[in-house]
Amino acid sequence: MKRLLTPAGIAASLGAALLLFLVLAGPAIWGEAAAERSVADRWATAGGEHLFGTDDLGRDIFARVMTAARLSLLLTAGATAIGMVGGVVVGLTAAVLPRYPRRFLVWIMDMLLAFPWLLLVLFFTVIWGATATGAMLAIGLSGIPNLTRLVYNLASSVSDQDYVRAARVAGAGPLRVLFRHILPNIANPLLVQASASASVTLLAFAGLSFLGLGVQAPEYDWGRLLDEGIKHLYTNPMAAIGPGLVIVFAGLVFTMVAEALTPGQGLRGAAAAGRAAVLPRAGARPAPVGPAAGDRTALAEVTDLTVAFPDGAGGLVERVRGVSLSVRPGEIVGIVGESGSGKSLTAMALAGLLEAPAVVNARIRRFDDIDLAAPPTRAQKKRLGTELGFVFQDPLTSLNPALTIGRQLTEVSRTHLGMGRARARDRAVAGLDAVGIAEPHRRLGDYPHQFSGGMRQRAMIGMALTGRPRLIVADEPTTALDVTVQKQVLAVLRRAQRATDAAIVLISHDIALVSGFCDRVVVMKDGEVVEALDAQRIREEATHPYTRGLIACLPDMRSDRTRPLPVIDDLPPGGPAVADGARGGDPAAGTRTPAPREESSL
Amino acid sequence: MTALEIENLSVRYGARSAVSDVSLRLDHGRTVGLVGESGSGKSSVANAVVGLAPVSAGDIRVNGVSAVGRRSRARQARLRIQLIFQDPYSALDPRMPVGASVAEGTLATGRRWSREARRRRVRELLEQVHVDPDRAGALPGAFSGGQRQRITIARALAGEPEVLIADEVTSALDVSVQSTVLNLLRELQRTLGLSILFISHDLAVVRYISDEVSVMRHGGIVESGPTEALLAAPSDPYTEELLGAVPVLGRRMTFEETATP
Repeated sequence: MKRLLTPAGIAASLGAALLLFLVLAGPAIWGEAAAERSVADRWATAGGEHLFGTDDLGRDIFARVMTAARLSLLLTAGATAIGMVGGVVVGLTAAVLPRYPRRFLVWIMDMLLAFPWLLLVLFFTVIWGATATGAMLAIGLSGIPNLTRLVYNLASSVSDQDYVRAARVAGAGPLRVLFRHILPNIANPLLVQASASASVTLLAFAGLSFLGLGVQAPEYDWGRLLDEGIKHLYTNPMAAIGPGLVIVFAGLVFTMVAEALTPGQGLRGAAAAGRAAVLPRAGARPAPVGPAAGDRTALAEVTDLTVAFPDGAGGLVERVRGVSLSVRPGEIVGIVGESGSGKSLTAMALAGLLEAPAVVNARIRRFDDIDLAAPPTRAQKKRLGTELGFVFQDPLTSLNPALTIGRQLTEVSRTHLGMGRARARDRAVAGLDAVGIAEPHRRLGDYPHQFSGGMRQRAMIGMALTGRPRLIVADEPTTALDVTVQKQVLAVLRRAQRATDAAIVLISHDIALVSGFCDRVVVMKDGEVVEALDAQRIREEATHPYTRGLIACLPDMRSDRTRPLPVIDDLPPGGPAVADGARGGDPAAGTRTPAPREESSL
Repeated sequence: MTALEIENLSVRYGARSAVSDVSLRLDHGRTVGLVGESGSGKSSVANAVVGLAPVSAGDIRVNGVSAVGRRSRARQARLRIQLIFQDPYSALDPRMPVGASVAEGTLATGRRWSREARRRRVRELLEQVHVDPDRAGALPGAFSGGQRQRITIARALAGEPEVLIADEVTSALDVSVQSTVLNLLRELQRTLGLSILFISHDLAVVRYISDEVSVMRHGGIVESGPTEALLAAPSDPYTEELLGAVPVLGRRMTFEETATP
């Protein structure tokens, strides 16, 4: 219901109400005027008395257009309903059939899909004759293959979901799966499709009647009126433009209904984005402080960093609050925290990677002598491009699948360092060689999918190294990898760091991993730094209850198997955070909604 | 008595062999951990046991009854095994109230339930997994990841299974939530006498929860044995490599200087 209160929703509702009114009351109000002949008035032009003029029998065209709304819209509704029902029945049948009958059915539908729908309509018109009902059946039936394909694709993607598999494991039959799981989950996209196809159907009727194949005299719909009017386009243009305008209006209403039914799209989405773009300027920004302040020895630093995002209702949600972090040259700093802790956002802000809609504020935010709060100059951009390297969690999404590894590895050298093709290539080969990829010359011609997960991640590190980075930001670089591969990738990262003396910021949810790889560990929770610790002495020196809880609740190879694991409770700060016992206290229970995954907002 | 017995199981997807010649025994009330890397075939074993993956050779027996094939006896046997999925975000129908999802699990019992009996059973199950039973009418979107995972556990329990298969059930969860789910599984095992096949790539988690461990690689079992004994003195070099790769809190990771690709 909320969707109806958006601008798109209100416009769609008003339009739909108007069309419904015409269907119900049109013939009653205008029917008499539409049938009233007056030969004296024939071919009257549009004016005060006859809004759209009159036809060859002197009938008022406006009244005829209003009267024709019922027939036009009912035919549209009928044809759309035939197409939808047919598409849903055939598509869902295909989705639950065993493999071979399913393939056969889909194959037939695909063949019909390849057939131009107008030809199908002409074919059906020949069978049923050129009548209104015939046209409705023809247009409805010829829409079935298209909708079948849509329903089948939607249903197949739903039936791959774990919840459908779970229902099957519990012994649910195909019909139950269909009606309880598949239909409810594809209903919304289908409704959207129905309204969108209604506007196409309306045009199809207008086209058929225009061709003389649809509604036959003395009946008339908008298409016939258009056809009649067009003959007098030069003497009374409104006779054709009038029906045309109504057709366009009805088509627009159907499209708007589809728009309003689609969540998060259309006017509403655009408005939210617009508000977000305005907010950063509206927010009170602290007076800029020159990059000279703060820790002079640090390579990169932020102080009092806040990162906020528009909440979609005009306000801002702070995801990082008052975080200060500095990284010295050659230092390896780990940021550890759970989802929603703001660890990725902090690192991205440190590297100047956050863009609108994120609202970033900090007293100091600099890399070397570059103030990241100000727009960078060309020279600074070039330096940032080469001196900062990134390694992300999923190399398959951060490497472009359509370009070869070689092309992507030479990009930095060529665009930022202005190297020629051959030199850039040599450097890329050296990069791959440094991360332990055999036969680097040959592998440069490979596409990302030809690399295994660990190799892709190593290629990402190789890519980060081609620019001679001074800071590498690695965001969960090994989370998608197996432990043995994780160790190999970390070994590569460590060696790269030794060779170039770059600093590394390693972000991870795994406190054991971070403590084993880094010099210093920063623990974050709910957008704030909980404490910063020496990595080697983390077990002894952690004092904050949250850190202690994180350490305690993570099973390791020495955990006591006879006792329940400690559990972090969501107690007020200062209270005991670790409670023994097998209670299923969930930190997110009750007041907090589940933390959205950080990546989704970037 | 053996709750679940897998004998020389092979699973093939078309020409690709995912599991070959795997044998496993799960005794009543015990937990067997199945550990291995991605692609090692552990999830294929789980799927084959519940009938979601094709068995190309071998046998799976529940309480001595074969659960392979289309015969009704085999189907009945398969329903005695329930699976908990990895990702709690995709394992619950986003448009179905969680209570209805749990109620769907009762189908596996094969009994007819009156509306009232089913409602009471759903409340009881939600209480058992520490989710407020008054929220049975809410959609999954209103719950956190940990709560959702507990609801999927309740759904699996609704079928009154003999054997519970937990397939990477904590890998999509935060560590603080992971411990609550692990504790819940242990508690349920103790109170209900469940037999659990616990599948994970996380050696420390498997060690914590399992009585026995089997290590899988390339579709086959590398070695099996009682947890403590096997992990204290692995006989296979691969198990040793796995153990060596687990990061230890506060201990600096050492890498061989010539790390092989």
